[in-house]
Amino acid sequence: MTGKHQPHTHRHTIAVLVDNEPGVLARVIGLFSGRGYNIESLTVAEVAARDNLSRITVVTSGTAQIIEQIKAQLSRLVPVHKVVDLTNEGPAVERELALVKVAGIGEKRVESLRIAGIFRAHTVDSTNESFVFEIVGRSDKIDAFINLMEPLGLVDVSRTGVVAIARGTQPL
Amino acid sequence: MSHDHDLNGAEILLKALADQGVEVVFGYPGGAVLPIYDEIFKQNRLRHILVRHEQAAVHAAEGYARATGKVGAVLVTSGPGSTNAVTGLLDAMLDSTPMVCMTGQVPTSLIGNDAFQEADTTGITRPCSKHNYLVKDVNDLARVIHEAFYVAKSGRPGPVVVDLPKDVVTAKGRYIGPDKVRHKTYKPKVKGDIAAIEAAVDLMAQAKKPILYLGGGVINSGLEAVALATKLVKMTGFPFTQTLMGLGAVPASSPQYLGMVGMHGTFEANLAMHDCDVMVCIGARFDDRVTGKTSTFSPKSKKIHIDIDPSSINKNVVVDIPVVGDVGHVLEDMIRVWKAKQLHVDEKALKSWWREIDGWRAKDCLRYTKSKKVIKPQYAIERLYELTRDKDPIIATEVGQHQMWAAQFSKFDQPRHWLSSGGLGTMGFGLPAAMGAQVAFPEKLVIDIAGESSIQMNIQEMATLAQERLPVKIFIMNNQYLGMVRQWQELLHGGRYAESHMDVHPDFVKLAEAYGAKGRRVDKPADLDAAIMEMIETPGAFILDVRTDASENVFPMIPPGAAHNEMLLGPEDEAEKPSSEDGMVLV
Repeated sequence: MTGKHQPHTHRHTIAVLVDNEPGVLARVIGLFSGRGYNIESLTVAEVAARDNLSRITVVTSGTAQIIEQIKAQLSRLVPVHKVVDLTNEGPAVERELALVKVAGIGEKRVESLRIAGIFRAHTVDSTNESFVFEIVGRSDKIDAFINLMEPLGLVDVSRTGVVAIARGTQPL
Repeated sequence: MSHDHDLNGAEILLKALADQGVEVVFGYPGGAVLPIYDEIFKQNRLRHILVRHEQAAVHAAEGYARATGKVGAVLVTSGPGSTNAVTGLLDAMLDSTPMVCMTGQVPTSLIGNDAFQEADTTGITRPCSKHNYLVKDVNDLARVIHEAFYVAKSGRPGPVVVDLPKDVVTAKGRYIGPDKVRHKTYKPKVKGDIAAIEAAVDLMAQAKKPILYLGGGVINSGLEAVALATKLVKMTGFPFTQTLMGLGAVPASSPQYLGMVGMHGTFEANLAMHDCDVMVCIGARFDDRVTGKTSTFSPKSKKIHIDIDPSSINKNVVVDIPVVGDVGHVLEDMIRVWKAKQLHVDEKALKSWWREIDGWRAKDCLRYTKSKKVIKPQYAIERLYELTRDKDPIIATEVGQHQMWAAQFSKFDQPRHWLSSGGLGTMGFGLPAAMGAQVAFPEKLVIDIAGESSIQMNIQEMATLAQERLPVKIFIMNNQYLGMVRQWQELLHGGRYAESHMDVHPDFVKLAEAYGAKGRRVDKPADLDAAIMEMIETPGAFILDVRTDASENVFPMIPPGAAHNEMLLGPEDEAEKPSSEDGMVLV
């Protein structure tokens, strides 16, 4: 049971295990858009081919009452096996991958490579005037990296969105 | 049986419907479903009711489902067939009516090609069905149909759509029976958490000003749940109110009944909801038409909420003790725990609570000014109720003022006798819903209480009544206005009646005759009884065109954006214009 009305919004990472069938992603997205909930990030991929299961990780924000609604609404979708609020259920590891393209020459080019080293980003493509860096980490680390690249010739970013898993021995 | 491998999709479909106990399907043929209609032609078991518009097929299936407690079945063609069904599907969704709607689809090879009469039916119906399926392999067909019926009736009931491409219903495949089908994921919890139930009954025993607030979930849960709800009412002696969808869950003739709750509920029901200290919500969902302004809704109460749908909990109103489970199962446990704990109500407090309620009752909030010149709409419903009550009629309604008067002035002592569009508020619901109920109960008196505008939204079903010899009685409360629209314009828009008056209406008596039915017009209070008796006694379908006072409004009323204790009781309150700017933006 949640408390009384709370005006504060919180960011929650929710893992949803679903049957990998046509339309299931549309159901989840339609639920968020139809009911006016936020999606900050959403990832989906098959995780158990034999059982035909996909895992959706959705990062959303809302008041405690809204977050509770989102979980209840997700749970009642027919092809949904399980809904776990990783933010509420205890420690979880969150990661995101980004590909970051930086174009430039001279001092800026050297500086971008130096910062990439600090962030342990890999260089996955290089021309005389550009790099593509691959960086993995929490979303805030990626945000920080992108911010630093901005004045150094940032031209393009592609992010996967958050994937997350609970710490410890238990499955979802 | 090897023989089972030789069935085509249409044969599999009909076999699956037979195994699901489906006796009637409401439908309309078209290109994509011709192979299914061919199979229907070849057999005599399944009855097909040919409607005149697909929307009516869905409402008829809703009427059938609500009157019987069974799952309604619908069959329509692709494209416009399925899009016409959409309003009915959403209606069934919001009122939790179990239904399986089978839609034709273009052959799988053409899907996505903008083929003739192609629509993305699963895409369109996703937000207005409980679940939907596109069957791409004939060998999945039997399983999908069995799953569809299971999903439609389990948990919180609702409509399930099964989209059937034409090549799938003509291909040969394998049939499997319902006993072979187990749903992988969908297993709603029916038993309530026992700790929550214990906390709930403890709270009820301590209550000084309790109220039971019953909704359509009680009726949906089944006849046992209905009996248990009545038992709970008697056991506790608590006052109770019912929502529009819950009318008939517990007999209205009970002295503990306060009348309907909500925007047009009674003074005593709404004030008891507002002032109570313990509210027990059973199978209802704190809809905005019930709560009024939520920030001032029942501010002093602890709330218990019994609902099978976890997403109903804390959606509109935050509650103190949620119990997720089927009403029947939960009430059974509540009564058992109450007895085991040897709990008793606080008789002294309850007595003084009843004294307070009796004071509100003395307002006689449903009173209206009688007239010898014009037929007051309230009087029309009162007379209809008095003259038909011994026949125990099933009442369907359209949507608007007549619907609210019907809800206020008819008294239901049994469930499944009241068919009304609550959540979606669909004009045009009543006639097809009455038709569906009449199909289920051919001998019963079934009346559609209608407005002159609503009735025209599905008037074409008069032809279905004639073809199927369904003696539905249509009681039109004719005030020449979109009455509820006019009432809101009067209250909130300075009496500027934009487009709410209709200068032209058909001659309903001639219209009845054109469809092979009988009709009569009545405009004098003195003739009303005789006209109603003629309607009842005339065999076959009948339209009674009752000319009512055009200026009458529905009271009591909680204006939009107001609280339960800010009701308007009559035209004299209306003059104070209590409605705020906030109210104007609400629906």
